[in-house]
Amino acid sequence: MSSETSSPAIGDVEGVSLYDVDNPAPVIEPPRKRTGKTPKGSRTNFEMYAWLFMRLSGIVLVVLVIGHLLIQLVLDGGVSKIGFAFVAGRWASPFWQVWDLAMLWLAMLHGANGLRTVINDYAERDNTRFWLKMLLYTATVFTVLLGTLVIFTFDPNIR
Amino acid sequence: MATPTLEKTDKAEAGFADTPYITATFRIRRFNPEVSDEVQWQDFEISIDPKERVLDALHKIKWELDGTLTFRRSCAHGICGSDAMRINGKNRLACKTLIKDINPEKPITVEAIKGLTVLKDLVVDMDPFFQAYRDVMPFLITKGNEPTRERLQSAEDRERFDDTTKCILCAACTSSCPVFWNDGQYFGPAAIVNAHRFIFDSRDEGGEQRLEILNDRDGVWRCRTTFNCTDACPRGIEVTKAIQEVKRALITRRF
Repeated sequence: MSSETSSPAIGDVEGVSLYDVDNPAPVIEPPRKRTGKTPKGSRTNFEMYAWLFMRLSGIVLVVLVIGHLLIQLVLDGGVSKIGFAFVAGRWASPFWQVWDLAMLWLAMLHGANGLRTVINDYAERDNTRFWLKMLLYTATVFTVLLGTLVIFTFDPNIR
Repeated sequence: MATPTLEKTDKAEAGFADTPYITATFRIRRFNPEVSDEVQWQDFEISIDPKERVLDALHKIKWELDGTLTFRRSCAHGICGSDAMRINGKNRLACKTLIKDINPEKPITVEAIKGLTVLKDLVVDMDPFFQAYRDVMPFLITKGNEPTRERLQSAEDRERFDDTTKCILCAACTSSCPVFWNDGQYFGPAAIVNAHRFIFDSRDEGGEQRLEILNDRDGVWRCRTTFNCTDACPRGIEVTKAIQEVKRALITRRF
């Protein structure tokens, strides 16, 4: 039977090994593994509502965003028509105000919830998770509030 | 009847004429903490019948070439779920994977399942996996007095959760789940499948408790529907579908 090992046996690599039977090498534990002491759930429905929100806002956003892109970039002269006057003209109508407001809120919350999931998945240490999420929430609240303020207090006669 | 039998005999004779053995390389991820903290890929070249299984190859290596090779196997026939491992980058049972099915022309890589602590070679620490299993309470919960006869169930009611009764707890699904790799607190597909088996059992009355557990931060809502679990399951359980059914039960319970 033809048999051969093409690489040397483990431990022979650097001559003398640091580890033996009484002093084994450390093993690599997975991040945040489940044990008997893992805290039980918070008993709220937040995760379910977040999951549902992602699906529902996603459907609405498809309509809002594609409509927005068509109007802004494709129809009627494309991107070159966008100027102060164009924006002022659109925001004179409550319909477009509501459209843009809905798009702002849904897109920001949708994106923020997605990033929250990414942080929950990938940040290993509790502290890192906490501060990344705080940064995310601050940025989200700031953007949403600023955008809302602009939509509602927009003055076409500003100089 | 007679003709196919004759043909079969012909084929068998043809098979005996030239040797069925081929030379295959098995590239195995070795780790022995009593020797080194380094992981190493080691190649073993063996001559083996491609109609044999990867487990037979591992046996051949362990029994004839290198006795230090460590792996788990108990029944060796796809029922006990001990020998789930990552073969050519995919979670499979070594005892159900034929060598001819995984392209023996190239080196066949064999490594431990991911997301769990590797203790030695292909052996991992299964404690976190079974902890998640324990946490969903995989046993019959009932209220009131025990009936004097067995708890009867219609064939349709049994059919409802038939798929998830097939689970052998091999951890192939859970250790193929990218959410579980990153966060071991996630219950994982296997625990949800075994919760599903009781949630949809008409005789069980603890469904509400289990749904509450899976409604948690680490429960079904972390599932990203990547279908890795369904692809990995050696029993062909539609794992992602079971998870989705639990999600649907949680939503319809609420609305």
